[in-house]
Amino acid sequence: MTQPTLEGVDHPAEDEEAQVEHGAHPTEAKYIKVALVLAVLTAVEIALSYTGFPEAATNGALLILAAVKFIMVAAYFMHLKFDNKLLRRLFITGFVLAASVYVGYLLTLGVFLP
Amino acid sequence: MATKEKSLAHEEPVTPAPEHHHATNTGLSNEKLAMWAFLGSECLLFGALISTYFLYRGRSVSGPTPEDVYDIPYTSVSSFVLLMSSLTMVLALAAIQRGDYRRLRIWLLATALLGASFIAGQVYEFTSFIREGLTIKTNLFGSSFFVLTGFHGVHVTLGIVMLLSLWNLSLRGSLTQDRSEVVEIAGLYWHFVDVVWIVIFTVVYLVK
Repeated sequence: MTQPTLEGVDHPAEDEEAQVEHGAHPTEAKYIKVALVLAVLTAVEIALSYTGFPEAATNGALLILAAVKFIMVAAYFMHLKFDNKLLRRLFITGFVLAASVYVGYLLTLGVFLP
Repeated sequence: MATKEKSLAHEEPVTPAPEHHHATNTGLSNEKLAMWAFLGSECLLFGALISTYFLYRGRSVSGPTPEDVYDIPYTSVSSFVLLMSSLTMVLALAAIQRGDYRRLRIWLLATALLGASFIAGQVYEFTSFIREGLTIKTNLFGSSFFVLTGFHGVHVTLGIVMLLSLWNLSLRGSLTQDRSEVVEIAGLYWHFVDVVWIVIFTVVYLVK
């Protein structure tokens, strides 16, 4: 079993960089913090959907919050932030391809027009 | 040095990645690479289903409409349950990477149970929609909603089967620390199912 390193213990920012460089995964405490942030963001999303703000602003905020949650799960729980860049590129390629094909398709059909 | 060692004693150890180099052309595990390629392709599948939902939403000539049937507080609880299952999944991975098999089994079982709770919630939601007159054949909204969320539900169910298989392997002693990548790959699938639900919950249930 690989022993924990002493690198960057006194410097959290450097510690994270070292983790990225060595492909190490975050600590359990970090996972719990990420989960707490995700829970708070979900609560904000639900609260937002009940507010009387203009529809366009609410929808925009909801989509941004969903994107933040998506990125957090992919980066920390799926370790994309810490794993090899090739894996990141493979997934992002599929995601960007899907998003651009379908957004283009929906725009062509006028789905986002009032 | 002594100070560093002392401070390390109060820090949680950084979980080491199981393997840093594989005897492959890419230097990466082929299985992990294949899972990422599969998940990239799954983006296209769910992208198609979500786009179809967008295309058909608001175009039904008869009800029920989303506003008639959606129960946002109920679905919010289900979403929260699935989100927390990603935490238990990643804790299972951390457990096997440090050789803690008892906690591995606890977290795997917890993840499977949370997933099963989500599916039970979805079954209840589907039956309540059907009771209110919305089926897959009722209107465009019903067709696109049931196909999208049904496909997602099937993915969650397959994930539960994977988790229970891993739990069983661990009970038999076949899932050891040097095979932690198996848990990591199953975890990738599970987290993907979670991120897809993050998108579905927002665009299908919350966005007006």
